[in-house]
Amino acid sequence: MTLLHWAIVSPFLFAILIPFLYKAFRNVHTGWFVLLLPVALFTYFFQFIPITRNGDTVKETLEWMPSFGINFIAYVDGLGLLFAMLITGIGSLVVLYSIYYLDKKKEQLHNFYVYLMMFMGAMLGVVLSDNLIVLYMFWEFTSISSFLLIGYWYHRERSRYGAQKSMLITVFGGLSMLGGFLLLYLMGGTFSIRELVVQADQLMTQALFLPALLLVLLGAFTKSAQFPFHIWLPDAMEAPTPVSAYLHSATMVKAGIYLVARLSPVFAESSVWLWLVGGVGIFTLFWGSFNAVKQTDLKGILAFSTVSQLGLIMSLLGVGAAALHYTQLDENIYMVATLAAVFHLINHATFKGSLFMVVGIIDHETGTRDIRKLGGLMNFMPITFTIAIIGAFSMAGLPPFNGFLSKEMFFTGMVRVLEMDIFNLDTFGMIFPLLAWVGSVFTFIYSMLLVFKTFTGKHQPEKLEKKPHEAPLGMLISPIILASLVVIFGFFPNILSERIIEPAVAAITPSLIQEGHAVETHISFWHGFTPELFMTFGVILFGVLLYLLLPSWKKVYTWIPERFTLNSFYDGGLIRSERGAKNFTSGYMTGFIRTYLVYIFSFLIAISLFAMWFKGAFAIETKDLSPVGVYEIAIALLLVISSVTILFAKSRLTSIISLGAAGYTVSLFFVLFRAPDLALTQLVIETVSVALFLLCFYHLPQLSRHEERMRFKLGNALISIGVGLVVALFAISSYSSKLFESISKYYIENTHDKAGGENMVNVILVDFRGFDTMFEICVLAIAALGIFSMIKLRLTRRDEG
Amino acid sequence: MLYTILQITLLCVSLSMLGLIYRVIKGPTTPDRVVALDAIGINLIAIVALVSMVLDTFAFLEVILLLGILAFLGTVAFSKFLEKGEIIERDRDH
Repeated sequence: MTLLHWAIVSPFLFAILIPFLYKAFRNVHTGWFVLLLPVALFTYFFQFIPITRNGDTVKETLEWMPSFGINFIAYVDGLGLLFAMLITGIGSLVVLYSIYYLDKKKEQLHNFYVYLMMFMGAMLGVVLSDNLIVLYMFWEFTSISSFLLIGYWYHRERSRYGAQKSMLITVFGGLSMLGGFLLLYLMGGTFSIRELVVQADQLMTQALFLPALLLVLLGAFTKSAQFPFHIWLPDAMEAPTPVSAYLHSATMVKAGIYLVARLSPVFAESSVWLWLVGGVGIFTLFWGSFNAVKQTDLKGILAFSTVSQLGLIMSLLGVGAAALHYTQLDENIYMVATLAAVFHLINHATFKGSLFMVVGIIDHETGTRDIRKLGGLMNFMPITFTIAIIGAFSMAGLPPFNGFLSKEMFFTGMVRVLEMDIFNLDTFGMIFPLLAWVGSVFTFIYSMLLVFKTFTGKHQPEKLEKKPHEAPLGMLISPIILASLVVIFGFFPNILSERIIEPAVAAITPSLIQEGHAVETHISFWHGFTPELFMTFGVILFGVLLYLLLPSWKKVYTWIPERFTLNSFYDGGLIRSERGAKNFTSGYMTGFIRTYLVYIFSFLIAISLFAMWFKGAFAIETKDLSPVGVYEIAIALLLVISSVTILFAKSRLTSIISLGAAGYTVSLFFVLFRAPDLALTQLVIETVSVALFLLCFYHLPQLSRHEERMRFKLGNALISIGVGLVVALFAISSYSSKLFESISKYYIENTHDKAGGENMVNVILVDFRGFDTMFEICVLAIAALGIFSMIKLRLTRRDEG
Repeated sequence: MLYTILQITLLCVSLSMLGLIYRVIKGPTTPDRVVALDAIGINLIAIVALVSMVLDTFAFLEVILLLGILAFLGTVAFSKFLEKGEIIERDRDH
């Protein structure tokens, strides 16, 4: 284990300590201890920047299951480092924020920080693993810890619902992703992403390529809340606000983005990839922003806005894949999309994190998050208002904040789709800039709603639970840091470009870098009167217009009835599948043993006949048959008669006696076929068992002793005839196809010489194959003890004496 | 010669068994049936003895003895059941 491995698993190890710290230092908020770790990790990862800046990578291998090709390979390149820094950096801020947000006395802090540290370690593992299986393992850890965090207030019904929903959807995606990984392994013969990227060209041509692509994308889309799997994210807002800020804006939901970016070198040549990632992303952008406007809960707005922004990043990653098809261009204009994706990823983490914290503060200080109850908070919370306005304006894409820059680059990327002439993009490519623009207009509207409905307008003190006031300083530190980052990245975007963005883009498009296309980032506010600038003007113009006219067109949202929403589809699907499974099970599990016997015997008949027919196994051979004597015929007739009597007997007593007759006839057979030991045993056992049957009969209640023939049922008759037929056929064909000589010759020769006995049956029972006898004795002993305890041990009747 | 005689004897015993079976099925009272079953057991002894002569072996002599014991035990048990209503009496003190 190297230091890097220790760094990745350190949150897990630290999580073990947290409950002890919580118990030992009750007076200190546990968060203070926790804070040390992400800060230390952040500084540790900060040191990797010079390495990745030069295009170098760090790769450390820890053997885990080498025979399966599963090793814990920690791999740091630009992309992994960017994510690791986001996770640890925002993780530190979130922990700091949570110290002031969560009450030391009222909350179960040890649970909270254990889950949070588990989550942080899992996310670090996801972004720094080169091995697909290890990545999957950490991926599921994020699902589980996020489930635990969403259900943190487990006494609330909505929390449990949200936790279950997110669990079901993300684990569904995670399992699909595992399927995709296994297909990749089948094609490439390795779990290592590096090695898969090398053979990307050969993978393209394989039949399993498309299924692998679809399955992996399913995993990424569910995790990153892309349409139509975005429905879990708004319900995950029941989690404590630090969790929402951390998981559902900055880190976990970006795991899908990370996966898409990471596997872009493997899949991105395919047209399906471009259309799926780009198309689903751009539609999610539109759908998320459209739905965010109708929300009345602040966190609901932010949840849908996260969905929409993730769609934006996803669509950029999809469109960025086009760069691979234009390698002949000197200046690859399509790479700007990938660049914008990485840049917006950072920007989104900053402003969305700060906005979530702002909403948390409002919730904390007023007691509500409902936008209809809030208003006029500007005078009470000036600092919060400033942070909110920075975050929201950045989200809306207004200058001079960083959101403006990445939105301009986003428009650039989308507009350049129009120039592409591959994969039908020249025909349908129009939808990309169109949806992008419409989505941005809605983004502008909900950003404005978020700020102005909360902080301006009329103050309604009668609707608030508490008297609003400014948050404590400690709570404000984290959002202030994030908001200042928004401004800093807005004014000086190029401090990021060389250090962070270029290595990350290089990691997403390694093939282009090898061909000498250097990644050039030059982010500036002003690049002339370009189409994207006019698009931004349009966004602002239409956004302001629509915002002001909101009450008059808000009824648009009632056009989609509740029945047809994705949520009711999910809920209904869940209920229907539960009900369907229940009906199916209660349909065939009737509780009657006779029904189960019908299943068993029908299956026996079907599978035996099918096997015999399919393999052509039936054979009949007459040369080994012995001559039939008159005694055999007589005894066989006796057996048939007694068996038939059992079936058609009127009273049960007759059946029992016929059964005894059948048993005695069998012992006569044993006599006739020269098996004295068997005959002896059979006689005794038959006598005893008939006596037992009579015992049972004697104790039957008078009611059920009534004399009545067994009722005839055609199905039962057919099945019993079928079973008899099948067994007879098997017996005939197995007798007819003897493959080798019997081994009984050995016993005949050696019974006397080696075992010193005359009775061969007994010598086989106790000498040659004595083991079987021993366990038969065991069976008898168990039966005897069982009968004894059944008779003696009557726990339910103890009270009655 | 011996074989023919054995065959004829076996036939006779079988016929007598059929008669006994008729009594088992028809027999108006239970004691009739019990006596018939007892006789069937004895007939079985005869059949086994005859068959072992046909097969020319001593191996089935135990079977004959066992059948004798079982027939006796069965009949005694049935008689006791008819007489007292149960076969193994319970310890009164218990």
